Amino acid sequence: MTTWSCMNLQDSASPIMEQLIFFHDHTMMIITMILAMVLYFMASTIINELVDRYMLEGQTMELMWTIVPAVILLFITTPSLRLLYLMDEIHNPIMTIKTIGHQWYWSYEYSDFVNVEFDSYMTPYEGDNKSMFRLLETDNHVTLPMHSFIRIIVTAADVLHSWTIPSLGIKADATPGRLNQSSFMINRPGLLYGQCSEICGANHSFMPIVIESVSTENFIEWIKKLSE
Amino acid sequence: MPSLAVMASKKEVPQELSTAPFDPRFPNQNQTRYCWQSYVDYHRCRKLKGEDYAPCDYFRKCYESLCPFAWVEKWDTQREENRFPGKI
Repeated sequence: MTTWSCMNLQDSASPIMEQLIFFHDHTMMIITMILAMVLYFMASTIINELVDRYMLEGQTMELMWTIVPAVILLFITTPSLRLLYLMDEIHNPIMTIKTIGHQWYWSYEYSDFVNVEFDSYMTPYEGDNKSMFRLLETDNHVTLPMHSFIRIIVTAADVLHSWTIPSLGIKADATPGRLNQSSFMINRPGLLYGQCSEICGANHSFMPIVIESVSTENFIEWIKKLSE
Repeated sequence: MPSLAVMASKKEVPQELSTAPFDPRFPNQNQTRYCWQSYVDYHRCRKLKGEDYAPCDYFRKCYESLCPFAWVEKWDTQREENRFPGKI
């Protein structure tokens, strides 16, 4: 259902996403100030009836309207680049998971301790079931330990896909024959949802991603049960 | 689902969690080559040092962590049939 929360970014579940939200708000504030200022200048120019027909240049004014926007841009690029390189960083991951995009489901592989692989298909929505999200639930959740750095390897088996979790600030293209790497740290437990973000065919909208974030002990229990 | 008390009492030391570390040869998002190189290195290492030379397992751990199972299976078949494209 569309609610007002759709207007904003999802609540963050990782430090990177938290920073991305701060950056978004910071940039939004600058944009709003520029918009207000430009609107004011335009309005005052239109309304003003005093015209100086002999003014050809104003060195000081021109200098200012060149330097001030440059400084404003610096205030946007600096945090932006900082975040960009922070997102690229691999902080000694404790484990690696692999996700492979197929037409039309995701499959996952855990191979650091036990070799486990499973497919994750969308669960069809049942009538008026209020306890599930339509088009977002899967039959198998990707269970992951929170508070630890996880590397994810994203690839595809047939066509382009894109593996996305908005609340973690992760989006990586899945390309056949190529392994893309990304890393994240989940800082709270719960279910995190995402959808395929690269048009991959007829059922592109029906291959969601669900991460189940649990404590490390519970994760070990889960992986043990799965490998039996 | 076991009760919380049962789950707490079952606390045991997890087996060592480790994965392929950061490799400065592959600093980019694209890790395809890291997987491939580890696979080739493992089999080359075993060929040069013998089947049960323990340090070779480092490469095995790397490629197992990074390569999709389907790729490894494909390469294993290629090696068996002597048509693997890499230098081993």
